[in-house]
Amino acid sequence: MDPEGSQNTLGGQRQDLILEPGHTLATVTDKISSIVLTRGTTKGWMLGFGAAFSLLMLFNVAVAYLLVKGVGIWGINIPIGWAFAITNFVWWIGIGHAGTLISAILLLLHQKWRTSINRFAEAMTLFAVACAGMFPLLHMGRPWLFFYMTPYPNPMWMWPQFRSPLVWDVFAVSTYATVSLLFWFVGLIPDLATLRDRARNRAAQIVYGVLAMGWRGSAVHWSRYETASLLLAGLATPLVVSVHTVVSFDFSIALVPGWHSTIFPPYFVAGAIYSGFAMVLTLAIPIRKYYKLEDLITMRHLDLMGKVMLATGLIVAYGYMMETFIAFYSGNSFDRYMIMNRMAGPYKYVYWLLILCNIVIPQSLWSKKVRRSVLGLFIISLVVNVGMWLERFVIIVVSLHREYVPSKWDMYYPTRWDWATYVGTIGLFLTLFYLFLRFVPMISIVEVRSLVHETEKEQGS
Amino acid sequence: MPQIFHHSTNFISRMSIYGAVLIIGGLGYALYAIALSPWYTEQNVAREQPVPFSHRHHAGELGIDCRYCHTSVEKSSFAGLPPTHTCMSCHSQIWTNAGMLEPVRASYRDDVSLSWTRVNALPDFVYFDHSIHVNKGVGCTTCHGPIAEMPLTYRAGTLYMSWCLDCHRQPEKYVRPKSEVFNPYYKPPANQLQLGKQLVKEYKIQSLQNCSTCHR
Repeated sequence: MDPEGSQNTLGGQRQDLILEPGHTLATVTDKISSIVLTRGTTKGWMLGFGAAFSLLMLFNVAVAYLLVKGVGIWGINIPIGWAFAITNFVWWIGIGHAGTLISAILLLLHQKWRTSINRFAEAMTLFAVACAGMFPLLHMGRPWLFFYMTPYPNPMWMWPQFRSPLVWDVFAVSTYATVSLLFWFVGLIPDLATLRDRARNRAAQIVYGVLAMGWRGSAVHWSRYETASLLLAGLATPLVVSVHTVVSFDFSIALVPGWHSTIFPPYFVAGAIYSGFAMVLTLAIPIRKYYKLEDLITMRHLDLMGKVMLATGLIVAYGYMMETFIAFYSGNSFDRYMIMNRMAGPYKYVYWLLILCNIVIPQSLWSKKVRRSVLGLFIISLVVNVGMWLERFVIIVVSLHREYVPSKWDMYYPTRWDWATYVGTIGLFLTLFYLFLRFVPMISIVEVRSLVHETEKEQGS
Repeated sequence: MPQIFHHSTNFISRMSIYGAVLIIGGLGYALYAIALSPWYTEQNVAREQPVPFSHRHHAGELGIDCRYCHTSVEKSSFAGLPPTHTCMSCHSQIWTNAGMLEPVRASYRDDVSLSWTRVNALPDFVYFDHSIHVNKGVGCTTCHGPIAEMPLTYRAGTLYMSWCLDCHRQPEKYVRPKSEVFNPYYKPPANQLQLGKQLVKEYKIQSLQNCSTCHR
């Protein structure tokens, strides 16, 4: 099927478009920029922002108490030294991946349907990386010494241990954050200029004006803008694969049964995109409803995202299958025990819930009816978000709690502070997202305008 | 529509690109310079003491052996601070009326120790042992500097880890014959590297750089 969304009819049946007809250049600009400029702060926004902000305050309390007391307030112990912190880290980093995939790979592949979701997917990436970054920092115990992780000239003559994947993580994640931010910001410049020109309030004119960096929309500007976008897309493309590969090395380099596996990199990357698309859907569905953007984020977008979720979900399912198969095929008693412990050990409910959330329920996406049901997709996206979190919990806690030597077996139970920190980062994420919705055009005006131009041409012919 | 910004904004925004690089670079350099400055490390800064004790006079001009006061340096991790009794072994006879020495006499009279201010104090997370260094040919002045020339005692090194590692990585640069360890006027010979290599072999000096060597 042609992904360009240009087909209007197929076998007499009306197909979904990636842009509902009736839009002109002016209506697109009006519609998107008015959300920021003229609509003002609505009651619904205030309500959502207030809820998110309270969760952020919960995060502040949890972090303050953590800094006073130390990581002992979490349920971690030896052997389960990582638990929630790293589970949440991997979960958040994974969520970010959909944004990069949509903005970089789909741009290079000329997938036009990305245009109306890429802006907020990229914002989601940035905020998710910010949340992810919190956990390794807080888990350090003394976060103010985080710069020990970077190679810099220092009077201790200390240098990071470059053989450790944890150091690779620092580089992978910081590169990822930088490139994502640049990509997002460069894409925003023409839209910020539009806001600058349409704003009537002096403060808004100045703020958007400074951020627009003197954009005048000249041919030279456009040509440089296109080049920069392409170059950044080229830079970001390997990151889609590399970042989560490096994250998976945190585990697969170690010798723990359940971690030490060559399947980890591809299976982690697929899982990341899976959870990322789930999160894009979780965010897109309420947004398009609340801001009445159904004509810009159409059923076709939701349908395509459902398909991507189905495909990546199947790769993840293959990963689970292979883990189980290899555990028996290898003949290694520790690997075999690890799988048996996952399926029938003390955390068996977590494992089976994970299988239900990540494999069984998403199979309903095969049905077109489900993919076209907004509510159905929303529920599945939430289920997958939960499932992917459970997956990381199973990999980390369930593998660590029964390693080789039974004398160092133990159980992990999250404390209220574990939960507060985790829920708190959701607050941080949503707070940033609400601010983004209020102050930045959530859909790329420029790209949708070019889409109007193209669909007009196609419909005319 | 009126212009939002004055024409000069173009210039300012262009300059700010270079400015940002300079400011960030300058800030990094400033932090590094502060970390190495005597103001921060207290290197070469004499500390105030209850009695202005002069190592130059005692260890240099009078030639009293280091171990006369720092008795445990060859046997223990701690070199040892002398009890007031050690001071009084001479000062009960000479300078008995000197006003400068009143705190010493008071300490002896009242049986209350003089509380000296530590000049070379390592943090608690560092394990350091004087005896092994002294017994492997590391001289007092290698770490404590020209102590026989200090009228008031100051810290000669930064005590940064790089300062420790400098010797731990290349002990041959600093090691001296055991007979010279307590000589405060020792000058390394011209062929220090050659002699050092020979001594490293002879004294079986290991270049210990494991974290757990010092951070136990």
